[in-house]
Amino acid sequence: MDTVPSQVVPGADPSARQLCFAWGPAEVLVCETLFGRTGGSRSRAGAAARALTGSVAGTGEGAPSSSRVFVVRRDQDIYIQTLRKLFNESHGIFMGLQRCEEELAGKSRKAQLVQVSKNYRSVIRACMEDMHQAAVSTRDPALQGQYSTQVSILSAMELIWNLCEILFVEAAAAGPLLLRLLDWVRLHVCDVDSMVREVLSSESPSKHKLFWNVVDVFVLQGRMDEARHLLSKEASANPTSMNMYKILDDLMKKMPVPSLGNTQTLTELELKWQHWHEECQRYLQDGTFASNPHMESICKILLGDEDAILEKKELMTTWYHFLVTRLLYSHPTVKPLELRFYAQSSMDLFLGGESGPEPLDMILMAAFEFEMHQVIKECSIVLSNWWFVAHLTDLLDHCKLLQSHNLYFGSNMREFLLLEYASGLFSHHSLWQLGVDYFDHCPEYGRVYLELHIERIPLTTEQKALKVLRICEQRQMHEQVRSICKIMAMKALRNNRLGSALSWSIRAKDAAFATLISDRFLKDYCERGCFSDLDLIDNLGPSMLLSDRLTFLGKYREFHRLYGEKRFPEAARLLLTLMTAHIAPCTFWMTLLTDALPLLEQKEVIFSAEQTYELMRCLEDLTAGNPDKQKFQDDDVETTKVEMLRLALARNLARVIVKEGTVEGS
Amino acid sequence: MFVARSIAADHRDLIHDVSFDFHGRRMATCSSDQSVKVWDKSENGDWHCTASWKTHSGSVWRVTWAHPEFGQVLASCSFDRTAAVWEEIVGESNDKLRGQSHWVKRTTLVDSRTSVTDVKFAPKHMGLMLATCSADGVVRIYEAPDVMNLSQWSLQHEISCKLSCSCISWNPSSSRAHSPMIAVGSDDNSPNILAKVQIYEYNENTRKYAKAEALMTVTDPVHDIAFAPNLGRSFHILAVATKDVRIFTLKPLRKELTSSGGLTKFEIHIVAQFDNHNSQVWRVSWNITGTVLASSGDDGCVRLWKANYMDNWKCTGILKGNGSPVNGSSQQGIFNTSLGSANTSLQNSLNGSSASRYFFPPLDSPRAGSRWSSHAQLLPPPPLIEQSCDADTANLQYPHPRRRCVSRPLNLLPENEGV
Repeated sequence: MDTVPSQVVPGADPSARQLCFAWGPAEVLVCETLFGRTGGSRSRAGAAARALTGSVAGTGEGAPSSSRVFVVRRDQDIYIQTLRKLFNESHGIFMGLQRCEEELAGKSRKAQLVQVSKNYRSVIRACMEDMHQAAVSTRDPALQGQYSTQVSILSAMELIWNLCEILFVEAAAAGPLLLRLLDWVRLHVCDVDSMVREVLSSESPSKHKLFWNVVDVFVLQGRMDEARHLLSKEASANPTSMNMYKILDDLMKKMPVPSLGNTQTLTELELKWQHWHEECQRYLQDGTFASNPHMESICKILLGDEDAILEKKELMTTWYHFLVTRLLYSHPTVKPLELRFYAQSSMDLFLGGESGPEPLDMILMAAFEFEMHQVIKECSIVLSNWWFVAHLTDLLDHCKLLQSHNLYFGSNMREFLLLEYASGLFSHHSLWQLGVDYFDHCPEYGRVYLELHIERIPLTTEQKALKVLRICEQRQMHEQVRSICKIMAMKALRNNRLGSALSWSIRAKDAAFATLISDRFLKDYCERGCFSDLDLIDNLGPSMLLSDRLTFLGKYREFHRLYGEKRFPEAARLLLTLMTAHIAPCTFWMTLLTDALPLLEQKEVIFSAEQTYELMRCLEDLTAGNPDKQKFQDDDVETTKVEMLRLALARNLARVIVKEGTVEGS
Repeated sequence: MFVARSIAADHRDLIHDVSFDFHGRRMATCSSDQSVKVWDKSENGDWHCTASWKTHSGSVWRVTWAHPEFGQVLASCSFDRTAAVWEEIVGESNDKLRGQSHWVKRTTLVDSRTSVTDVKFAPKHMGLMLATCSADGVVRIYEAPDVMNLSQWSLQHEISCKLSCSCISWNPSSSRAHSPMIAVGSDDNSPNILAKVQIYEYNENTRKYAKAEALMTVTDPVHDIAFAPNLGRSFHILAVATKDVRIFTLKPLRKELTSSGGLTKFEIHIVAQFDNHNSQVWRVSWNITGTVLASSGDDGCVRLWKANYMDNWKCTGILKGNGSPVNGSSQQGIFNTSLGSANTSLQNSLNGSSASRYFFPPLDSPRAGSRWSSHAQLLPPPPLIEQSCDADTANLQYPHPRRRCVSRPLNLLPENEGV
């Protein structure tokens, strides 16, 4: 038996209708439809026949007038604004943890890991406090409900995490283990705090009706000093039973507790504890506290009397509080591996068969049983986000605690969960950037996941495209780089932004596209007589070599620049090279020759005799070799142009012969 | 999962297909009303219909987007025996102001003599190509040699499948080790035992597609078929929608071991089979990483399937029409409450619970009464929970939803969607 979360699509008609759907990068589209009932063809034909005859009005079985498309998302938590802090800050801790690889060994390594764990918890707490503030300050009841739900989820996560920290990360040994568990209970059983405050702030605490409850709470949580402080108030109000108070106070003061340092051995502690236990026993049997049932019950608690402790069920509220109290007063030196027995029996005793355990109980129980995989499994069922399991598992993995449970494709559980979490981040319009780093730390499938996800990031602006591009370039993801540039180039071209299209296709190293855009530039030039995007074309540099046409575009523009700067001989040489080296496409030769006209008509002779011959050959090649000879003959303008060119070339030749002859002669 | 938005599609007849573009910012719908509509997502997440036009003279079965490297291009196929390619023209300023865009028909592919049942663009590394299949059993592969001129498409291949075709899927692998490959499904429902899924592979030597494999175990009509994204694996994963959902792996065998010159042979395994849809399954499709398969069937549900690290496939989510019974009608009364946008687990369950074991006092401070309430946070709210079963445990009893976990054996290996 397993459970599957399901989601109703509100408004979708349930009656015998099917849903068609489509995956997107972040969302799923769902829409009502009616697939063929008997193998498809018949009903399809039916629907289509209706459509063919034009009777598409909203009648008949397949004609909803209110058809709707639903956009369904998978990771809701990703979209919760107040959880952004959790995602952002834990990302920093995660990255830190990946960096601090095992330079440290032994104790300092452990201390470091515990610190990381605490950092994660403090982020959860900070987030929880924000959420609580938000809940208090909002007036919208729905929103308030949402926030307080988040608060309770976050606090459950912190509770579980804290226990995992004690048992797995710190792996506290017998002795300190109990102290840690006590801290854990004190931290997480807080509903009694308001009661404590109420009693302590009253004028005469000892007269308060909840006075003994508060004392009991302190004792149950092992907060001896606070309990004694309260009791001393009561004692001063009751001089008659002063002696009794003194004895109880003395017992509480003397109670041996494990120390965190190595000042005493476990055997010493056990010995002292045994001694103290016997003393308590003696006073109880003496009937020292018989006159005061409250104090007698406290003494019984000190003795670890299960019934006496269970009587205070209401004050403990949870079985794991009961467990820790029970350990404190009967097995203070409990060893980690013995926990499971006490935990199970405490839960059974506490629940008393009235109710079964619930998911949180199961998770905590699995932790007490040191079933790490079970903890992670249960958490990923119950929690709606991957944040918790992914980060906890990563931490446990850094503690070297997870034997690799191989996935069928060879990845371990840590990676599996990180991949899920990061994939979720990628469905958010800005959090996806965090996801990149998580994928980077998944050795097996991180890269291919990143490739698949990053190319789906909508390239809404050039800036965003550049950001995505940078990420891909840093990781040598050549295909994605090419694809992004190509998409951007196509987009720019469609919007007639030639310059942008050209620079994107240069980045994409897409020769065919660069050729196409260069042609567009040249065509525009022919039509308008000027270039757009001069900056870009002037600064092509070596990228000019990407395609022949682009080279020509660059060189042709260079010609114009030289001409503009009146560096005529250089311009003339370049112009001629463009044709003789066959850089210019034949279709463009006429334009080039026409460009030569003003150079030929200059006062000074620019083309040498040899160059002039070359030009003449180009012109004749063009007119003779052109299969569209017809065109030249029919087109008056073209014919005139050719005639003008011939004339200009001949005159130039005449002038240059004279000039060259003169120079040589002199 | 939760419904983030609901959009009135406003088609005058049944919608047959919805399709996301590559980036998930645009979608297209097609309908028996012979039209296609294009929708764009605005900055604030709203969807607006930016184009709606009559595309065919019959029901439009499928609509699909080309990769954005080729511009904004759609293909549609119809009962009118044609497939068509559409390109968006960047609008006149007039259109832009009205938030409308203009789509022009670039070509009509008229080779089929029967209804064209599916159209799919090839993976982009193959260039701008598309495949169609038709009820007369022919798969046709077209290519636009000049991506800047979408009005010229040449019919490159015609594959006769002998059986009425309902669906096609390109193998998305761009690995050099894998030849272009296309799977074809047939919804032929005459009583025969012919394989209803055939796999064709491109042969570099003959420059033709040839049948590489047929899934002999699939003899019932097939309605949809989908290769999973490859993730760099050496083998392929194929999902098939027939009378149930099936997932196959196809491991290429070394070529020298095969007899038929040049064609790859495959070792085929079925890795999962689910009959949870009770009857026919109509659509299957993978998410972008190929880790989750969605299927839609006669039970009116979309189910999500995911493999854990043991290669165990499980249902991890269900989407269904409002109030439709899923596993018998007994649940209807309990579960058909519709919650607008609710998540599937912890989050909506604070109703009436105290935060007794948490840090902050409850806002509407009910006294920490029963421990039931204090635990409620870790339970999905009842209206969203639904017992669903694996194939092997189908139709067992439904325990009270709050007790679900009781019946879960403690030491099972983790098999849920997470682990």
